[in-house]
Amino acid sequence: MDTKHLPEKDSTTPTGWKEWLNSRTGCYSLLRGALDEPIPGGARWAYIFGSGLLYLFLSQVITGVFLALYYVPSSDHAHTTVAYISKVVSSGLFLRSLHAYGATAIVILLFLHISQTLLYGSYKGRREMLWLSGCFLLALMLGMAFTGYLLPWDKQAYFASAVGTNIITEIPVIGSPLQELLRGGSQMGTLTISRFFVLHVFVLPGLLIAFIGAHLFLFRKAGPAGPINEDPIQPTLPVQKFYPRQLAMDMVAALLIIVALGLAAHFFPFRLGPEAVASDTSYIPRPEWYYVPIFEWLKVLGGKWSLLGGIILPGILAAIFAAIPFIDRGRERRPWRRPVVVGGFVIFAACYAGLGVISYHGDATDPIVAAQLARQRQAEIDFMRQPFEPESSNPSSAKGAGVAADPLIAKGAAIFAAGPCSSCHGVKGEGTAAAPQLIGIGQKFNPDSLAYLLHHPTADMTDGGMPKVDLSETDTKALVAYLRSLK
Amino acid sequence: MSAPAEINEQMERRSFLGLLLGTVSGIVGAAMAIPLVRFATFPLRNRSGQASWSDVGKVDEFQSLNAPVPRSIDIQTVEGWRSSVMQNSVYVVPNGSGNLKVLSSVCPHLGCAIRWVDDKDRFICPCHGGTFTKSGERVSGPPLRAMDELESKVENGILRVRFQYFRQLDANKEPIS
Repeated sequence: MDTKHLPEKDSTTPTGWKEWLNSRTGCYSLLRGALDEPIPGGARWAYIFGSGLLYLFLSQVITGVFLALYYVPSSDHAHTTVAYISKVVSSGLFLRSLHAYGATAIVILLFLHISQTLLYGSYKGRREMLWLSGCFLLALMLGMAFTGYLLPWDKQAYFASAVGTNIITEIPVIGSPLQELLRGGSQMGTLTISRFFVLHVFVLPGLLIAFIGAHLFLFRKAGPAGPINEDPIQPTLPVQKFYPRQLAMDMVAALLIIVALGLAAHFFPFRLGPEAVASDTSYIPRPEWYYVPIFEWLKVLGGKWSLLGGIILPGILAAIFAAIPFIDRGRERRPWRRPVVVGGFVIFAACYAGLGVISYHGDATDPIVAAQLARQRQAEIDFMRQPFEPESSNPSSAKGAGVAADPLIAKGAAIFAAGPCSSCHGVKGEGTAAAPQLIGIGQKFNPDSLAYLLHHPTADMTDGGMPKVDLSETDTKALVAYLRSLK
Repeated sequence: MSAPAEINEQMERRSFLGLLLGTVSGIVGAAMAIPLVRFATFPLRNRSGQASWSDVGKVDEFQSLNAPVPRSIDIQTVEGWRSSVMQNSVYVVPNGSGNLKVLSSVCPHLGCAIRWVDDKDRFICPCHGGTFTKSGERVSGPPLRAMDELESKVENGILRVRFQYFRQLDANKEPIS
């Protein structure tokens, strides 16, 4: 064999039907261009975060599309359909957990990707547009996390999003109309779900795809910046092609991400809490962990300072962040020679983490808050254990109508309303700050044990102020029937 | 080592790595596809159980019957996450010696709703002209079998029926679970 011709017969040079396909589409030339991208200084593990994010985005799109097979964006059905996905559909809990934990993984990788770029000074050397497209991607991803959070419509989702959308009203003049536009009204409701769903599923992903395309294009145009001792404009270090070493590293990273997400989703499935009830005054909402520092920040700078703390300061910070490559223009890339940018970023990250620690510490040390948060967690665990109940669209068994239909239940309702029950447990057993809700109690106890508990309350119940119920056997029966009808 | 031989070896290593990466990603991709496929095909494996019984009417109403009467029935069904009431039509027909049988109005040909035409003393399907006797036996037209009789019973003087769909375009009556 004449080895002189071998270099021309590269493994990526198409032959046969591949040659035909390439002559019509150019796909092999494109692939080859992508794989042969030169990296000054060679492949490194520090460069895996960008492709890790791309992989995670793909995973979110796939799991998201599948979840949409069962999800219905309406306040009547959202919670039921998510419960159906979590409790009934095969692999439903796993896929929902993958999607939810995927959001967390994206936030972590965004932080690592940005940290790497800032420490390496990779934004330098005519890469301003690359940086700006990345800033848009960051904002879009945070928007995805915020809009996706509401969709399950459990208490946690409802109250966290209510607080989140209330912050918008701090913006002078246009704040309130903007909030109403986002919510589809002055209050959170079914139109809010529709709007968040459209943003989460159509608008933001469309923009994300466009900006990811722009980000990759601009990255290829400027070329990889290489290590910190490389000149950002005229690279001098020996190059290594993207394929195979960097691709192999990227794929190992993707594999680690898949395994980590899969293990988390399998062993710690994401919980769905009880359905959102706006009247629950005892509920303490907490945002997802990566938004906790912002939440704590707003507690520090609340009240008359909230415009400054909630809008102006974050706005200034965001503007400075976006302007970094315009301000820090020198060719120097070593982090210890760029104390302002690197120091500023480290201080910001430390403050952000510190606020998070303060918030979690505050919650853990305040006994009332800690107890309520524990109750909420327990309510989520209890809800996940209850069997799925299909939503009834039968008008005769619709909520409320059933009460009048069964005389025993009607009698029980009258006893409940007339007695002291409703003053603590709520008019419809929905629960108040003084006592837990009774809705769904029929799934936890059978009629006999419920009747027994009413006559013989446990120590926990008496401590909470629950009196012994003194009713005749027939009245007890009616009350139990009513309690079990609460759904 | 001469330069071309070195390139040759380098290329072999590259294509081996390519094969390795391709194989690993293929295996991982296939493993990840399992939960997705299970998730998407769940409704095919989890049919909504046994068909439920629906009330047709009081048996007394049908005692002096000499022609089929249509009845609309409510069928409690569970579709995925919701349970709802569907309506469907059945025919109650006399079956000799005071017995009753209940026929589905769904044509065994292509599923149109069959009508009872009193003048002609026949069931006639409006779509493709299949005709049946008053007890549902096939007379003419494209249908391959008789009208489908539904399981029925009398409880406390009430005629009840278990509504089911059967496979169309089939000479045998085969329920679709």
